[in-house]
Amino acid sequence: MATRFTLNGNAVSSALEPDTPLMWVLRDEFGLTGTKYGCGIAVCGACTVHINGQAVRSCTTPVSAVAGKKVVTIEGLGADKIGRMVQDAWVENSVPQCGYCQAGQCMSAAALLHSKKNPSDADIDQAMGGNICRCGCYTRIRASIKEVAAKGGAA
Amino acid sequence: MNARPDFINAATLDSKSRRRFLQSAAAAGGLVLIAGFPGQGEAADEPKKYGADGMPNGWVDNALAFVSLTPDGTVSIVCHRSEMGQGVRTSMPMIVADELEADWKRVKVVQAPGDEKRYGNQDTDGSRSTRHFFKPMRTCGAAARMMLEQAAADQWKVPVSEVEAKNHQVVHTKSGKKLGYGALAAAAMKQPVPSRDQVKLKDPSQFRYIGKGNIKLVDGRNIVTGKAVYGQDVHIPGMYYAVVARPAVYLGKVVSVDSSATMKVPGVVKVVQIEPSAPPANFNPLGGVAVVAKNTWAAIKGREALKIVWDDGPNASYDSKSYRATLEEASRKAGKVVRNEGDFDAAYASAPKKVTAEYYLPHLAHATMEPPAATCRIKNGKAEVWSCVQSPQNARDMVAKRLGMDPANVTMNVTLLGGGFGRKSKADYCVEAAVVSKAMDGAPVKVVWTREDDLRHDYLHTVSVEHLEAGLDDSGKCVAWLHRSVAPTILSTFVEGAKNQFNIELGMTLLQVAPTIPNVRVENPEASAHARIGWFRSVSNIPHAFATQSFIAEMAAAAGKDHRDYLLDLLGPPAKIDTRKQGDDWNHGENPDVYMFDTGRMRRVIDLATIKAGWGKSMPKGSGMGLAATYTFVTYVATVAEVEVDANGNVRIPRIHVAADTGAVINPERVYSQIEGACVMGMGVALYNEISFKNGRVEQANLNEFELARMGTSPVEVNVYLIPSDYSLPLGGVGEPALPPVAPAICNAIFAATGKRIRRLPIGNQLA
Repeated sequence: MATRFTLNGNAVSSALEPDTPLMWVLRDEFGLTGTKYGCGIAVCGACTVHINGQAVRSCTTPVSAVAGKKVVTIEGLGADKIGRMVQDAWVENSVPQCGYCQAGQCMSAAALLHSKKNPSDADIDQAMGGNICRCGCYTRIRASIKEVAAKGGAA
Repeated sequence: MNARPDFINAATLDSKSRRRFLQSAAAAGGLVLIAGFPGQGEAADEPKKYGADGMPNGWVDNALAFVSLTPDGTVSIVCHRSEMGQGVRTSMPMIVADELEADWKRVKVVQAPGDEKRYGNQDTDGSRSTRHFFKPMRTCGAAARMMLEQAAADQWKVPVSEVEAKNHQVVHTKSGKKLGYGALAAAAMKQPVPSRDQVKLKDPSQFRYIGKGNIKLVDGRNIVTGKAVYGQDVHIPGMYYAVVARPAVYLGKVVSVDSSATMKVPGVVKVVQIEPSAPPANFNPLGGVAVVAKNTWAAIKGREALKIVWDDGPNASYDSKSYRATLEEASRKAGKVVRNEGDFDAAYASAPKKVTAEYYLPHLAHATMEPPAATCRIKNGKAEVWSCVQSPQNARDMVAKRLGMDPANVTMNVTLLGGGFGRKSKADYCVEAAVVSKAMDGAPVKVVWTREDDLRHDYLHTVSVEHLEAGLDDSGKCVAWLHRSVAPTILSTFVEGAKNQFNIELGMTLLQVAPTIPNVRVENPEASAHARIGWFRSVSNIPHAFATQSFIAEMAAAAGKDHRDYLLDLLGPPAKIDTRKQGDDWNHGENPDVYMFDTGRMRRVIDLATIKAGWGKSMPKGSGMGLAATYTFVTYVATVAEVEVDANGNVRIPRIHVAADTGAVINPERVYSQIEGACVMGMGVALYNEISFKNGRVEQANLNEFELARMGTSPVEVNVYLIPSDYSLPLGGVGEPALPPVAPAICNAIFAATGKRIRRLPIGNQLA
């Protein structure tokens, strides 16, 4: 009943029950704790990962659903150019406060910037609306997304 | 904040209340800590201690405790406070590094375990870390710098007056010879630490990091690459994972457990009963049944399969709707008088114009993004804990007590905190981990709180009704002020049956009535607690400021005056006011001779915020601007919110302007970010946040029901203006003070926009 998939570019196999949410597989089985638990019901976004390039909440995605797919977590985001730019902008603009939600924020932001080179405020509201930041870093997140978009456009 | 009663400096209570307080604490079997702290004995004539001096285990400025130098040139600096987003792991070592003339790129930050004997007070609460440790951290850095200089002078055999430390090396000014900190490390660490009176601090003009905002977050890169370790992330080889089924009703108990289905869930290893403690709650576990498994998901599924019969106990009928009526009723009758000046009754009776209002604020949950978690291992008579705690020494003591160990045999390691806001000062989850690890023969166990656990079993922010009455004279001036505040007290968590707010709660924007009002009475009718009451970022300032800052706007409207002008008139001309004269014997723990309430500074932030916001300009239909100003945690804040209310009653907040006078600013970047964040959190308090009870149970299970501000609903702009300050003023707090004015500023703006006065939070759909 092992589930095989690609995790940050490496072929892996999970031995946990197939209904186990991907988030717990990543955290407990593979030790990739950058993907955070925040709610378990896909309303806070802390667990966001990329599955075949799409931002997905891993807390409600059973591991069986990613069989044969490509999963990228925050630990692997830097391998992607836009992902790396997002991370750099977050550091440069001192976006994080406690930082717990920021892996999910970065994953959602990178996915947004892949799908829209110059997202509008409404695009940002929509794409980032599922990621809660209890510390309230939203203005800096918005500014950083726009900054990456501006740099991406120039590149 | 500073409400944890074992942190209450008993000296700040009058001798009679102190004795009573200690007696009741002892009788309740809790609060052993309060009497146990040095300098907090029974003697009534003891001099009061303030600031860091008044905190348990005070402060330490011994360079050897905080700084170590190694031959590779690395300067390791200990951060003894907990990082939860306020930037303390950056700001505190930065202070040391500045005095030390260290190159920040070669500084390594080391997180201290819970050990207050070594580091001084570690309770990261009350917006106090920088305020209390700026001077000790400077002293540590300067002493280490002098040790390096002495080591170089010894090596060169020159007088120390001829050498100077500069950017990670010591220079012989006459010859130009240089030695790096790495080369000097071993010899410097052997130097005697200069005594405090010999330590030469820098002149502030020489600061290279302090006040500059040129340092990036120590943990920034680790956070965005997934490497940062929080309490939920701890991993110990061979570790088990546990979740706990706790009583849904406070003081409920397990009657019987059937765990047969649980034990069939793949991965489940064991079921462990956690005995509840007798009330008061303190920071003890609620009790219940722990399911131990090989991974978190198995533990969660195992818990779902438990069949538990509960006895709900004495709080089974707690119901927020009827409790609100209970509080309202209490607020309409006389209660314990906590401040009385002039003759309110006579002045009110003869006032030509009267204004009355009642304000309601529900329970609030901290809802830190990271729910609590703790990992414990017990081996060879020693326990080791890894957790996200705001007060590691207290967590250590609580674990030691429950395990029957000497605290010396408990190591409390502090991870990053995924938010704290006061929740993680209460280490009940560490005790749970210790109990479960013990039941597993000491194997490492991580107790994971789910979000449902977090919302259902929080130490909630209190629920309150604030009843206000004011008499205005013919000119609209306030001549009589009555404020009755009714709310379950934090003290009830430590002293069973406590029903009145204590000095810390009273000292939060309740007693401090505008100084120009001649007839003032403040009362505190009793209220019983039916849940664990704790402190939430800014604490009682939230309900008190919501009420008073809304009410002043209501008085201005009744008087036909501009709110800002009315507020400034109430404050009166610039003056420094002794907070004791306002009946406040607490003053956020600070010396009232040093930290006076300066109405001039208050006026200045009001002026700045309103000028920047363009106060008085005409606004489109459905838009409005509202003001509120508070003095909390010895910091002055004025907030102007702009709101837009659409035809369906939806509130949008395009802009918030905040002017703050925090005294000297040590790390401006984090001051801005804390204020920005407080505005978002305060907006959530105003619009969305509510924890309610039915049949003794919290009704909100998860973040779909306890709604928080999101990207599209939070203020689009938060503009922060800091009053420039040199180092002559004492430092104010930063983490909390910007929160209390947000809700009243928003509600005052809604009134300006729509004419509708909000007196009950959250606003929810009241405008629909």
